[in-house]
Amino acid sequence: MKLFEFLGYYNYWVFAVLLMIGFYAVIAKANLIKKLIGLSLFQSAVFLMYISMDKVEGGTAPIIKPDAVDQLYSNPLPQVLILTAIVVGVSTLALGLAIVVRIKERYGTIEENEILDAD
Amino acid sequence: MTIIFAIFLLTMLVITAVAIVQSSNLFVSVMLTSIFSLLMSINFFVLDAADVALTEAAVGAGITTVIFLSALALTATQEKPNSSGRGIALVVVGLTASLIIYATFDKPRLGDPNAPVHQHVAPYYLDNTMEQMGFPNVVTAVLSSYRGYDTLGEVFVVFAACIGVLFILDARTGTGPMYVARQMTGLRHHLIPQVVARILVPFIVLFGLYVQFHGEYGPGGGFQAGAIIATAFILYALIEGEQAALRAVPRSAQLGLVICGALLFGMVGVLCMIMGGEFLDYSVLMENPVTARQIGIIVIEAGVGMAVCGAMLSIFHAFAARSAGDTHETV
Repeated sequence: MKLFEFLGYYNYWVFAVLLMIGFYAVIAKANLIKKLIGLSLFQSAVFLMYISMDKVEGGTAPIIKPDAVDQLYSNPLPQVLILTAIVVGVSTLALGLAIVVRIKERYGTIEENEILDAD
Repeated sequence: MTIIFAIFLLTMLVITAVAIVQSSNLFVSVMLTSIFSLLMSINFFVLDAADVALTEAAVGAGITTVIFLSALALTATQEKPNSSGRGIALVVVGLTASLIIYATFDKPRLGDPNAPVHQHVAPYYLDNTMEQMGFPNVVTAVLSSYRGYDTLGEVFVVFAACIGVLFILDARTGTGPMYVARQMTGLRHHLIPQVVARILVPFIVLFGLYVQFHGEYGPGGGFQAGAIIATAFILYALIEGEQAALRAVPRSAQLGLVICGALLFGMVGVLCMIMGGEFLDYSVLMENPVTARQIGIIVIEAGVGMAVCGAMLSIFHAFAARSAGDTHETV
């Protein structure tokens, strides 16, 4: 049981690691598309944290079973937040990619250092 | 058993993320992000978030990958080596990760029923949805009724992002030899994808409609359905060429879907005000408040579905219409 309690934090550790892998891509890579991929990893890590919080031990997905007595359900609120955030995330990602496409057309490159040199 | 599976999945996520960042071939990175999303979606399912898993699978693994690939076609598929500042970035990232991990020990354990997050409004939603809404899916109830304002805001963000993409990419019908070739043929000379996709497209649309209209009783709703239906049309565009896809759903229809969807949602809210209630309080629409809420939710979910589907299609076609080498010198 001690081990299980310890593993109860595993989701949050993975969240921290994923968040920082995404952040590393954003700050250390010069390629703009790679930076955007890093941003979407960062975003997915945040989604993972929220969804990890909704879990209730012994619970099930929050779709009420009318005949079940004493059924536990997981928390619906983080799910609603993340569900809409995923769709908003892809729209804003597309906006970023559109800007990258225009930068490529203007500067002929998507490497940050080359763009800075060209300016 | 589930916990071992969950740990396996989470470890796979980390490995995939490292591979995504490590690979210098952007095409490989993008395909790995698709796998990453699929793993993430299974993870959400293990964590009891069926609605979110469905959205992540349709949007993350499907549409995001297609949009990334169409952007790669317009830019570059190879990342240039660049090692400046890698050391300091690693130090910053490592320090921050250890700080966050240290902070997690103050968090409630996974699945703890006494965690603060489960004490506030969530029990109210779980106890009252059946009685007030008359359908079992609490996520749909919170999304479209209890938290209708938030959802309206999100729909307008999607709307604004879609308009932004169309402006930035100057989305008119593309020109250039590559574009014309792709527009005419698609993948028509590849027999197997074509045959398989022809069979799949109608069923994907049918499944999307099921997800849309069954969203009150099972996992689903407007966001998922819009994304799924959009993937069906994107698949059609990839296989049959863009011309055929634009004949099926012309640009004006895509934009019309976005605008009508967003407006439909807002108008239902205004209608509630005219009928004497508060904004997005559906209970005043009819005699019986439960039926009224159900009707309001079906209408706004339809609005969400239309807006999301139209936005995804417009964004995809905006990228697809701009072919490499066709630069529209507008500086």
